[in-house]
Amino acid sequence: MSLIPVEPDLERQQIPSKPVLRDDPKFASGKIAFIQYLTVGVFVFLIAGFWELQIQNPEFYNERAERNRIKALPIPAPRGKILDRDGRVIVDNHSSYSLILSRENLKMEHLKDIAAGLNLDYGELVAHIERYKSRPRYEPIIIKEELTPAEVAFVEAHRDPEFFPEMELIHAQRRLYPQNGFAAHLIGYTGEVSEEELDSPEFARYNPGDIVGKFGIERQYNDILMGVDGQRQVVVDNRGRERDVLGIKEAIPGRNLQLTIDLDLQAVAELAMEGRKGAVVALDPRNGEVLAMVSRPTFDPNKFAVRIRPADWKDIASDPDKPLFNRAIQAQFAPGSTFKPLVALAGLESGAIDDQFTVHCSGGASFYGRYFKCWQKHGHGTVSLHKGIVQSCDVYFYNVGNRTGIDKLAFYAEMAGMGSRTGIDLPHEASGTVPSTRWAARTYRRKWYAGETISVSIGQGALTVTPLQLAAAEAGVAMGGVWYKPHLVKGAKIPAPRTWALSPDNVQKVVDGMYGVVNEGGTGVRARLPGIEVCGKTGTAQLASNEFLKGKTAEHLKDNAWFVGFAPRQAPEIAVVALFENGEHGQLAAPIVRDVLKAYFDKKARLIAAAQPKPPVLAPVPTRPGENISGAPPTSAQ
Amino acid sequence: MAHYLSIRDLDWPLTVTALAISGIGVVQIYSAAHGTIWEDAWWKQIVFIILGLVMMWVVAAIDYHSLLGQVFPMYGASVVTLAVVLVAGTRVFGGRRWIPLPGGFRFQVSEFVKLVIILLVARFLTDLRSDRVEARDLLKLGGLVGLPMLLVMKQPDLGTALTYLPILGVGVFLAGLRWKYLIAIGLVLVVLLPVGWHLLKDYQKARLVSFLDPDRDPRGSGYQMIQSKIAVGAGGIWGKGVTRGSQTQLRFLPVPHTDFIFSAFAEEHGFVGVVVALSLYFILLMQIIQNAQTAPDRAGMYICMGICALLLFHLLVNVGMVVGRMPVTGIPLPLMSSGGSSILATYMMLGLVNNVRLRRFVN
Repeated sequence: MSLIPVEPDLERQQIPSKPVLRDDPKFASGKIAFIQYLTVGVFVFLIAGFWELQIQNPEFYNERAERNRIKALPIPAPRGKILDRDGRVIVDNHSSYSLILSRENLKMEHLKDIAAGLNLDYGELVAHIERYKSRPRYEPIIIKEELTPAEVAFVEAHRDPEFFPEMELIHAQRRLYPQNGFAAHLIGYTGEVSEEELDSPEFARYNPGDIVGKFGIERQYNDILMGVDGQRQVVVDNRGRERDVLGIKEAIPGRNLQLTIDLDLQAVAELAMEGRKGAVVALDPRNGEVLAMVSRPTFDPNKFAVRIRPADWKDIASDPDKPLFNRAIQAQFAPGSTFKPLVALAGLESGAIDDQFTVHCSGGASFYGRYFKCWQKHGHGTVSLHKGIVQSCDVYFYNVGNRTGIDKLAFYAEMAGMGSRTGIDLPHEASGTVPSTRWAARTYRRKWYAGETISVSIGQGALTVTPLQLAAAEAGVAMGGVWYKPHLVKGAKIPAPRTWALSPDNVQKVVDGMYGVVNEGGTGVRARLPGIEVCGKTGTAQLASNEFLKGKTAEHLKDNAWFVGFAPRQAPEIAVVALFENGEHGQLAAPIVRDVLKAYFDKKARLIAAAQPKPPVLAPVPTRPGENISGAPPTSAQ
Repeated sequence: MAHYLSIRDLDWPLTVTALAISGIGVVQIYSAAHGTIWEDAWWKQIVFIILGLVMMWVVAAIDYHSLLGQVFPMYGASVVTLAVVLVAGTRVFGGRRWIPLPGGFRFQVSEFVKLVIILLVARFLTDLRSDRVEARDLLKLGGLVGLPMLLVMKQPDLGTALTYLPILGVGVFLAGLRWKYLIAIGLVLVVLLPVGWHLLKDYQKARLVSFLDPDRDPRGSGYQMIQSKIAVGAGGIWGKGVTRGSQTQLRFLPVPHTDFIFSAFAEEHGFVGVVVALSLYFILLMQIIQNAQTAPDRAGMYICMGICALLLFHLLVNVGMVVGRMPVTGIPLPLMSSGGSSILATYMMLGLVNNVRLRRFVN
């Protein structure tokens, strides 16, 4: 026990004492008691505070503590790949970082700095966040995808509580489309589902922020390609760092989709159409598989991959050539002379003409008080069915059409699939028009003028088709009256084809004519392929009447060039249609078709030649469109 | 008459209660700070508690009348030191509050100035030798307390500066304040309030605003209060257990081992733990008041009541802040919060209480 001596209390003795004052604390005992009560009051006040929080509302605060602690981070499901018929990848995914904002922590005044750091437009960012107003607050908003390394560094450096704790990085799989708009219309693109779309039944089951197919195959087969996003429940600290993982619901990746498209053929067709306006469709007449589909001008779907920049959208939307327009299924033009084989078939089948029917062509003929010119102003002389097709004599077909009558022509055109959608598995297909007396009455409430029949006989007038329709129609004729529904996905069950019992003799005569077009010095010699029996038909379709065109040379009023072709003559394996808008003459569309056919048969030969099947390589660069294949005689005539 | 002090004569209920509170504090500091850069705070706290006990004994041993005799030199030294801190102190969290000492320790002067203020008020009011405080004396004492207050406010440390006021207030109240002065002071405060608001720093204004409406800016100044309330509420009746509170462990709770230690404690020990801890504080305060009542003279009574007022104010503001009933001010919870200066100063105050108690029969 330590003892310390106490010093004498000198200080107090020095203070002079006033006798009246008691120097003990009793004088203040009442006030001290008051302070005691005050102390009790303070403690009651404090305990009441804890009572309110811990006894009355523990669930409320417990839930908020849990929400602090547990974050649900989305695991985006990768979309399925899109493959060609040989399993080669057309559309792939690639890894990227996306930035999400957690709205629980969001401070609007941070947005300006965040927008600056991520190269975003401030106004757009604010508008984007406004759109999420109606969603639950714990749902994060994706504000930027495809972050560059510099942007990732910005986020990593600023996601502390002192800066912008609302920022979170997530790893995502992004769509990687072929470059230069390759097959862009066919594949389509994905994008964030828009508000208007969310209101439509097709998209109603998606949530804001979902990336869905918006066009082409991506849209048509979105259900297959789109996976189901997963979720990670993690424990985070106040800096958003993960401390623990509570549970993972793995993302279910989208399924791969194998197309009927052959990349080799597609590449050739793309190249042939480079710098032109128009479309190419190649399909297999035996089952309706589409082997290639090109539409030009094209666009870069990578720009749409998530959210297209407004400037890019403006460029694309205001382009007069409408690059988003899939000409292969949406362009509706007069087929011109490519319609003639069908007219011939209609004439033969309906009995309006027989195979001995001939006409004298003197460069034109009068019907119903009007003079109709042949394209060959010097005339073709005596024209038979075969010569009519080979030389594409207009006068011959005026007569055939006039004898057959519009309703018979319309019947066979519709039988071949014109005038209605082919039902291909792509959105936004157009139906074309097949005029008839019924059509005139229904659409214009007028009677049919007989003179119109003459125009329709050479594929003009009100008749319009899409390149796909023309390809399908031709393929069916080449098959002798078996029209398969064109389709793009391999392995799908092929529906039974439409068939019509055409006389094999009649079909043979028409097909022989088309063979002559290419191989007997007809208008389609530029589609000739040595060793392959190519059949075809040119078409030069007017966009406006000759009277209207007088003295006008505007590019967009120039005639459209068509070529339809198939091969081989017997048992056809491939049918191709090329539309070369404002190409002036069908001859100029023929080499495009020839390139595609050549690619097909070259590949076939290579595959047969290879003792062991090897993965096919891309076809060699085709000859320039318009050039002749070596060995083919130069042409001077139609 | 020379006699000897015995450790046996100390106020043991008071000391044991204080040690129990400190023990709770150490456990809570360990729980809240493990795995962080303050991981060693708990054993430093133990060192300071032991040092505090020694200082308590030293302060208790020197007769408080001697201390009162030296109060003016001590006051002068305090003011000078505070001025030096203001000019040359270590900047931490944007304020100059500490004087660096060798060995890495920092010395928070404003904590120790509390002791001087307590002695100063006691000496001044005793010297009045009257049952009534005149206006002149009130102004004089107000000025004496106001000067160090201003210096501390300048650091800026509004919270600590405000803790000097209850010492003055309770002292004057006990010494006998006329109602008309009370009313006058009230009026002056009402007039000065807008001026004072104008003088506050932006963050201080924001704290006051968010005290009134914490959800207005949940990520900014309201954040601490909201997180503290969440922590307390999530504790429920029984608490989540030591080192199990998510608000504390995941650091959603700001500074859970210092200013918000009671929030962390409430999360991990629940309402039951809170009642136990607050009961200990209540016993401590009642024990101090009891010592005031049995003090041998007015000076002793003033000292004890000044300490009581100061601790009560600390509890009210700190614990009130934890439950969202007081604005956020960075003042520690005596005996629990991690911090050497606060612990030493508090134990020295308890030393003063013991000092008065040890001399209650000397008359």
